[in-house]
Amino acid sequence: MITFIQFLITGLRLGSVYALIALGYTMVYGIIKLINFAHGDFIMVGGYSLFFTIPIMMNVGIPGWLAVVPAIVVCACVGMLVELLAYRPVRKTGNNLTCLITAIAMSFVLENLAQAIPAIGPDPKVPYTLFAKTISVGGVAISHATIITVAVSAVIMAALYFFTQKSRIGCAMRCVSEDKEAATLMGINVNHTIIVTFGIGAGLAAVAALMYIAQYPKVFTTMGATLGIYAFVAAVLGGIGSLPGAVLGGLLIGIVQSGANTYISSSMSDTFVYLILIIVLMIRPAGILGKNVGEKV
Amino acid sequence: MKQTSIKARYLVNLAAALLLFALAVVIGMTGGSTMKLKITPSLWQCSYLIIMAASLNLVLGFLGQLSLGHCGFMAVGAYAASLFSLALQRAGFYTEKSGPAFMLVLLLSFLIAGASAALLGLLVGIPALRLKGDYLAIITLGFGMIIVNLINNLPFCGQQGLSQGSASSALYATGLGFSNDEKMQYLWVAALVVILCMTVMFMFVRSKYGRCIRAIRDNEIAAAASGINVSYYKVMTFTISAFFAGITGTLYACCNASLSTTSFAFTNGSILNSVFIVVMVVVGGMGSLTGSVIAAVVLFLLNYTIKNGAWVAALPAFLQNVFTYPMLVYSIALIVVIMFRPRGIMGSREFALCDIPKWPAWISSYFASRGLEKSAKKEAANHG
Amino acid sequence: MAEKITPVLETKKLGISFGGLHAVQDFNIQIYSGELVGLIGPNGAGKTTVFNLLTGVYVPTEGTVLLDGVPLNGKKTHQFVEAGIARTFQNIRLFNDMTVLENVKAACTKDIHYNLLDATFRTSKFWRAEKASTDRCMELLAICHLEDKADLLASSLPYGQQRKLEIARALATNMKVLLLDEPAAGMNPTETAELLSCINTIRDRFGVAILLIEHDMSLVMNVCERIQVIDYGQTIASGLPEEIAKNPKVIAAYLGE
Repeated sequence: MITFIQFLITGLRLGSVYALIALGYTMVYGIIKLINFAHGDFIMVGGYSLFFTIPIMMNVGIPGWLAVVPAIVVCACVGMLVELLAYRPVRKTGNNLTCLITAIAMSFVLENLAQAIPAIGPDPKVPYTLFAKTISVGGVAISHATIITVAVSAVIMAALYFFTQKSRIGCAMRCVSEDKEAATLMGINVNHTIIVTFGIGAGLAAVAALMYIAQYPKVFTTMGATLGIYAFVAAVLGGIGSLPGAVLGGLLIGIVQSGANTYISSSMSDTFVYLILIIVLMIRPAGILGKNVGEKV
Repeated sequence: MKQTSIKARYLVNLAAALLLFALAVVIGMTGGSTMKLKITPSLWQCSYLIIMAASLNLVLGFLGQLSLGHCGFMAVGAYAASLFSLALQRAGFYTEKSGPAFMLVLLLSFLIAGASAALLGLLVGIPALRLKGDYLAIITLGFGMIIVNLINNLPFCGQQGLSQGSASSALYATGLGFSNDEKMQYLWVAALVVILCMTVMFMFVRSKYGRCIRAIRDNEIAAAASGINVSYYKVMTFTISAFFAGITGTLYACCNASLSTTSFAFTNGSILNSVFIVVMVVVGGMGSLTGSVIAAVVLFLLNYTIKNGAWVAALPAFLQNVFTYPMLVYSIALIVVIMFRPRGIMGSREFALCDIPKWPAWISSYFASRGLEKSAKKEAANHG
Repeated sequence: MAEKITPVLETKKLGISFGGLHAVQDFNIQIYSGELVGLIGPNGAGKTTVFNLLTGVYVPTEGTVLLDGVPLNGKKTHQFVEAGIARTFQNIRLFNDMTVLENVKAACTKDIHYNLLDATFRTSKFWRAEKASTDRCMELLAICHLEDKADLLASSLPYGQQRKLEIARALATNMKVLLLDEPAAGMNPTETAELLSCINTIRDRFGVAILLIEHDMSLVMNVCERIQVIDYGQTIASGLPEEIAKNPKVIAAYLGE
């Protein structure tokens, strides 16, 4: 029983991180119909930003977790730069396929650029451990990191939901994702909206990075690639383009992975994640909560 | 009239192919030590990169679907060929890597590798019926990862293989694994396989099959409304593409004394990964088989000089770092090519030996039309 | 007498609904070989939906489509084409990165008989089949006055010729019924006149039945022998052009009361 609860808690914690990352995928996909492969690498950017700023903050006497603020700024800037320098020019000349290939290439640019920077290099680094304390409830150990991860994720998801539903810019985002041309005619600055979306998505990745390194205190240049793929699977599973779907998918993937680790074999957990993805896509191509939009004839 | 000119083209190409083959035989018999240690292994690597790129082009360039797990098929082919040849070796069917028994094993290895990969390609082709574009790309990525993950967990695919194996990401023995001498001796095999595979792919693409596939790429709904069985041709393309990727697996198994699944991952430090194959296809031209061949060779050479060239050591430290991780260079190259030529450098044009005399005329007409476009734009701007 | 012949295309109570919305309801039509029938209606009346039902793009929620009296239930789009129903599209759908000739040849696929081995070894069967198909496609292009454009990329053609290429491509499927979805949309009067002669040639030469969606009333009234009018997915009138022109329901639907 305790193993079961422990597995659920691990799954929930992992799932919350995936959900945060998946939100970024989903927001970008919703607006420009592009799988932003580089999104996973924004986490890496956030991770390194945290790695460098946490000690500085601690030295000055500010709580370490506040390093997430500069990390968000850095990530948002990187996200917007990627959109400006790569995606926007390609969108003008190419089709969906070329955009997708650009996204994959961009992911490689970020990873390999990071490796080429001497201060980062290819070897993993260990950041300062945050929220390390644990509490015990009825024999089940729960770390502060777990509680904070789940709580912060929940708050952010709720805030994001209200943001897209109620705020002006959130409304603009929904308009652009429905119909770019109509949005332009309604006086919405489409490019501006897309940039903001990238900024927010990448900012979320920075928060996810904080949560992730609180659990697994290690940063390395390819950390985003695997993490990003799981989160992406989560976004697709939940129905890409749908915010609640991303959360649902994230939690599901987290629990499946933790279940496979606990009960089957950690080396097979990848296979389970992808099998679930393939099965869901075969049965419901638009994901669990996604809308099935066919091509108009 | 047209018929004879096609025949002339075939004859020229046949002559070129024979020349290539003869060259491989001659190298195998007479090559010196540079030939043995550097050039021959490179030629082997080129041989599988060429077929990988061309076979991915069938799916990416001609069918218009992004497949991110192409190396997975190669992995299946490589493991199938290695285990098959290993089994026969242990059974004592052959001991020396020469003679008719070994040639038979080699031939069968190619066929078994191709067939097992094709079977998996068929499996991947089925989701392709319901999904396209981004979703399909992810599914293929997933398939590639599952293949690698499963191979890692199969006891007979690891360590010493077959009954002596235990689950591991590496197979330390392949029945094929050529030494440098054997690579030279059997260079003709690589040349022959490349020539045959490329010919078959060309014939496939330049037939009603190729036409249907391109029609599906350009407009799936119109293709169906023109009586094309979209599902059938999609699955067929995936299967054929996987078949050739499987064949390259055998070439790979011949090149290496041991196999490791990391060599067939979605991404890794070397250039043999699914993403790099995508780079080759896109840079060469989506829809141009010859473009893929040229891109595979050029990118291989580029990678070779980056990895081994003395000039890299003369660069400033930061740039040296960049070249230690050359995927950065390739990714940027990929983005630049896509920005300026969305369909790749060759586009859907094919290189043909018989067209070389026409090149000057083409080039001048290209610049003339560019000039016209520019002046038209200027005029439009003036009017505006 | 005419009633005794089986209509080449017939629908019985054809209908489809999308999540409660009846896009097309109780649609019945009979078309005989060599006939030219017009399908008209205000925007959003469900005309293109009818075409999608007749070509298997949408699966009807009720009713059947019969071709020569044979029901086509459960068949896929390409099987509808094999059976003999071909169409063009309102928003042009050509194979843009292929030449004009290849566009038409792609539609011949089901009549080009050779297998993978023939293609690989370039047998004489392959050459014969390809040549026969090329010759036939060039004839079809000639009907649509596109024979001199055969080697151009489809996307490089001007708008009016792209529409004609769609028709040529539909012809290549060897159909019994041709469905034309707004073939004259965006054409100037000269182009429309050319198109008309092209449609007449097709009917006379191949003896096919043609069902035509068109907004250009003068065109519909001039060429169609019968007209069926739909509005909100339901047939509101059908008959001879002059009857339709006087029908109060039709006038109301168009002028919107």
